[in-house]
Amino acid sequence: MTKATKIIEMTNIDKRFAGNHVLNSVCFQVVHGEIHALMGENGAGKSTLIKVLTGIHTRDQGVIKVRGKEVHFSDPKQAEKQGIVVIHQELNIIPYLTVTENMFLGKEITYKKTGILNKKEMKLHTERNLKRLGVSNISPDDIASDLSVGKQQLVEIARALAANADLLIMDEPTAALTEREIKNLFYVISTLKQQGVSIIYISHRMEEIFEICDQITVLRDGEFISTKATEQTSFEEIVKMMVGRELGERFPVRNGKLGEVIFEVNHLSRKGYFQDVSFDVKQGEILGVSGLMGAGRSEVMEVLFGFRKKNEGTIKLHGKQLVIKHPNDAVKAGIGFITEDRKAKGLVLQSSIRENIALPNLKTISKVGIIRKSQEIAFIDHLMNRLQVRMTGKEQEVKSLSGGNQQKVVIAKWLGIKPKLLILDEPTRGVDVGAKKEIYHIMNELTELGVAIIMVSSELPEVLGISDRIMVLHEGRTIGIFNRNDVDQEIIMTAATGGERA
Amino acid sequence: MKKLGRLQLATLGPLFGLILITSVLAIMSDNFFTLTNIFNLLRQVSVNALIAFGMTFVILTAGIDLSVGSILALGSALTAGLLTSGIDPILAVCIGLIIGLILGTVNGLIITKGRVAPFIATLATMTIYRGITLVYTDGRPITGLSDSFAFEMIGKGYVFGIPFPAIVMVIVFIVLYFILRQTVFGREVYAVGGNEEAATLSGIKADRVKIWVYSLTGMLSVLAGIIITSRLNSAQPTAGSMYELDAIAAVVIGGTSLAGGRGRIVGTLIGALIIGVIDNGLNLLNVPSFYQQIVKGGVILLAVLLDRKTS
Repeated sequence: MTKATKIIEMTNIDKRFAGNHVLNSVCFQVVHGEIHALMGENGAGKSTLIKVLTGIHTRDQGVIKVRGKEVHFSDPKQAEKQGIVVIHQELNIIPYLTVTENMFLGKEITYKKTGILNKKEMKLHTERNLKRLGVSNISPDDIASDLSVGKQQLVEIARALAANADLLIMDEPTAALTEREIKNLFYVISTLKQQGVSIIYISHRMEEIFEICDQITVLRDGEFISTKATEQTSFEEIVKMMVGRELGERFPVRNGKLGEVIFEVNHLSRKGYFQDVSFDVKQGEILGVSGLMGAGRSEVMEVLFGFRKKNEGTIKLHGKQLVIKHPNDAVKAGIGFITEDRKAKGLVLQSSIRENIALPNLKTISKVGIIRKSQEIAFIDHLMNRLQVRMTGKEQEVKSLSGGNQQKVVIAKWLGIKPKLLILDEPTRGVDVGAKKEIYHIMNELTELGVAIIMVSSELPEVLGISDRIMVLHEGRTIGIFNRNDVDQEIIMTAATGGERA
Repeated sequence: MKKLGRLQLATLGPLFGLILITSVLAIMSDNFFTLTNIFNLLRQVSVNALIAFGMTFVILTAGIDLSVGSILALGSALTAGLLTSGIDPILAVCIGLIIGLILGTVNGLIITKGRVAPFIATLATMTIYRGITLVYTDGRPITGLSDSFAFEMIGKGYVFGIPFPAIVMVIVFIVLYFILRQTVFGREVYAVGGNEEAATLSGIKADRVKIWVYSLTGMLSVLAGIIITSRLNSAQPTAGSMYELDAIAAVVIGGTSLAGGRGRIVGTLIGALIIGVIDNGLNLLNVPSFYQQIVKGGVILLAVLLDRKTS
């Protein structure tokens, strides 16, 4: 590794947000033509590091060199000019435009300065760039929305190449892809590597990292831990570096006793999403639900809660059949639902903590439709004490809370209804390590009180760490329901990808 | 207290504007700050204010109601029709209000069950309701309604020297203020406007909340219409046209966000007063009515721009 081959070199990067040390003298470098994995738990500082690199955040301290020259980007456009492009998890594709139009968005080729589009030229360029990726099944005239997510992603990669990018940053690129699309993407990645393009690859999926990456850099709690060549390390070593301690500590000891079956779902189907899903949950039990994105996990939960309609199936609580046509029916029955996307579906962002917690509990704090102020305040204070939300006061807008604290507000609002069954969909997504642990703790406490819990999660360690049983879904079907002690990550992963039970 | 600070900031701007405009007019015209003129002004304001109160609820749910003027006309015409048939005036008024409620409910049903955007739905019913009014009245005013004291009282009467419409306005304001601030329904209105999905997923029946706000607005529009009808002792088929604009303007000047979820009915009251004061003051200053429109539009723009700055 001579100095000349380094495309980027970040040294002793420091960044603080409101006193929070999110990056603590982090070092990171990428060599020409290498695929470099950036790993760490949520909140480890991966995305902040990338944002500092591309100029979305300015660094407090440290040096960033691109091809040996120090740079101070103030926005991602400047980084793009230097050949550094981020492919985000949410793609920047305009659905109603063609592939070519998307490719040249904002940098259209025109006849001189007339403003009239040179469509022929643009189409030619598009074809050339798609060919460069080794992609033959996308036409420049295809409408973006007609393409699968995988293909849209390739269009975005082609766009980056058209802008002469030689360092691509991919943030969870496979999260929304099917198995075949992932294979295809890996093929494209190796093609690019041969052409000398470097890639920073951010993912939680260990198998992928070990399959395609040359180097692995691990961050933990904002600190640089180590950079290792892939062939000189192992799964176990990387996990240990990421977590920094043994897995056992992360999860509380489950002491609660399982009671009777409280919640029963039989042959639940929703056309086009999932078919014939059956399971039950006991009092005090945590049922983990695992599966790839698009397996229908969230859809099952939304149907259970009455947010979406079912086509078939029955739902029983305490042996009595429930008719749930609206979330209101579910709430009345004592079911709480912590949604996957807390900003879009869990919170009224511009409202206060108090108003958000009150929402499903308006009946409790009112009489004949009139809210009892003192009752409301007592009610909310009680819940806040239980959850220890870091806030300036209960009138604070939830918008200004951190992810972990927002999640605690969502949990508080559902604890208020004294749920019999609590559904949590990706409860720790975007939540830092400390708050994560607190959330596991709350879940454990609830089970000791006899609450039944269904937890959907993409994080296998979490599913294995806290569930009593694990249901695996694949393409809308139940692959199996396993006892925690009978399985490991590999068995669950195999099942989730549709493979045979090991 | 932090809460008080937030509360004040939201209403202080419009209130300050109202005081400013009032002071300027008081200096420029001797006739402005007389008791007669103030009462006159309040009576004029009451019609727009009542409609705007309803509009506040609608806009808080991130909706809009363009049909208020047509509902006003149709409700008034039907009430007038009942009066000429000789039934008890109080009963006629009550039926009129219920008609308004129903017309508003129809809006709400189209919007929620038909999943039509509020702008489009009420644009359509605005035309339909106006058409029905014209058909029903044959395009002519309905006159010679009632000489009952009770009916005349609504538009022309005074209680302790205060115009009755102004009293109606204040009572309705107090009731609605209480509903928005202290009731479950009020909370639901804000939640639905702030984030409908999150509200629904908290067990709130968003559709029902939305239908109710349109029903309320329909009823208040007819109430405003009955005040006009009583005052003129006739129902005009063209009554209320373009009233939706003044009502929306009052809400917006009052600081309620068109995106929903944020705003206060006190602001709307102040907004309606500002519009009323400008209309009234420019008349007193003998500004030709064509110019008045320019000034009014300018004030609305200014109010919104200032609001942008402060928030």
